[in-house]
Amino acid sequence: MRALVVDDSRAMRRIVGGVLASSGFEVLQAGDGREALDVLETQPEPPQLACVDWNMPVMDGLTFITRVRRRSEWRGITLMMVTTESEQERIVRALAAGAHEYLTKPFEADDLRQKLAFLGLLPDVPVEA
Amino acid sequence: MSLGAREFDFVRDLVRTESAIVLDAGKEYLVESRLLPLARAAGHPDVTSYVAEVALRRQPRSRTAVVEALTTNETSWFRDNDPFTALRTTVLPALAETRTRRSIRIWCAACSTGQEPYSVAMTVLDSPLLAGFDVTIVATDLSEEVLAKGRRGEYSQLEVNRGLPASLLVRHFTREGLSWRISPQLRSRVDFKQLNLLRPYTSLGRFDIVFMRNVLIYFDQATKQDILRRVRQVTAPDGYLFLGAAEMTRGLDDKWEREPAGRSALYRVREEDRSCVPW
Ligand SMILES: C[S@@+](CC[C@H](N)C(=O)[O-])C[C@H]1O[C@@H](n2cnc3c(N)ncnc32)[C@H](O)[C@@H]1O
Repeated sequence: MRALVVDDSRAMRRIVGGVLASSGFEVLQAGDGREALDVLETQPEPPQLACVDWNMPVMDGLTFITRVRRRSEWRGITLMMVTTESEQERIVRALAAGAHEYLTKPFEADDLRQKLAFLGLLPDVPVEA
Repeated sequence: MSLGAREFDFVRDLVRTESAIVLDAGKEYLVESRLLPLARAAGHPDVTSYVAEVALRRQPRSRTAVVEALTTNETSWFRDNDPFTALRTTVLPALAETRTRRSIRIWCAACSTGQEPYSVAMTVLDSPLLAGFDVTIVATDLSEEVLAKGRRGEYSQLEVNRGLPASLLVRHFTREGLSWRISPQLRSRVDFKQLNLLRPYTSLGRFDIVFMRNVLIYFDQATKQDILRRVRQVTAPDGYLFLGAAEMTRGLDDKWEREPAGRSALYRVREEDRSCVPW
């Protein structure tokens, strides 16, 4: 499985990408929405997952998600917003734009894995008691 | 100063008799780290002197505090996913068909801070087959502290990150300051009550579904056996039991039978052991 991590912070890309890689994903990266669209254009097959930050220069995550949703050949991509924005209204907007999931930073690796499991992108990870 | 042997023994015995939780030798560090805040709050320089006073004074309140401090309340929304998938796709549809009185009773034994019973409640609410059903969810735990949090229905951002799908978050919760408050509709579906699993359950009535997840692991064999047998007595003959991923009935109470459900399992009383009492 492949995943695209879209974040303008290299540190964040490394963290999110690290969790995904350890969960068996091959990880692609982009620093903003525009670059992410370019990455998608060059892929023979779209990735199964994109984890997208909200606030980025050039093109923000919400715009990116809206653009992806307009393209039928990208319908299979599961979109997850991964952002520090945690207001209810933001989450509602992201979901309305076509995001499947929303994870607020800071998060733990298991939180991300659990969301992936819920989306059917991972075998379940039982949380240690 | 590290915890004295006599004080450790006192705590171990107290916790064992009051909650059945087994603290093996070598768990001194756990006792120390969990009791240090209590010791500090009570004005003691260390855990040993605090425990010595608790032992001497015989005050039920401080004993309860010690026991509660040694429970592990780790939990999450839709924990392990599969049990909730089984609930939605197998268990609730079966009950919707067989419960002609249109009433279903669910027990979350050891519910901790409420994530489990509220996950059950969300699953029930989203089951169209149960429209018009009267569904009761009773959530119990030993610890008053976790029950109070469950009743408040208020969770931090970090807590909602743990397993709660965003669509359910925005539908069933409202942001209040830095935390999220559960909707009155969901809140009113769960009845939180204090119950020690060592004590009788019969006053709770009978249940169609029992969630008793991630609590048996803390008990010894004999206690697990006793609890599984008594849970059987408050479960409908054709009811369902959910255990934690690391728990099972095998070798403990073989009147329960394991049925695979996705990557997890649920437990039902064996056909031949189902009493003929009409349910
Ligand atoms: C790890 S939590 C499990 C929570 C939830 N069932 C889950 O699976 O996420 C264990 C809970 O068992 C409770 N507990 C421990 N001993 C108990 C007893 N003797 N009677 C009732 N509850 C007990 C603890 O207070 C704690 O909240």
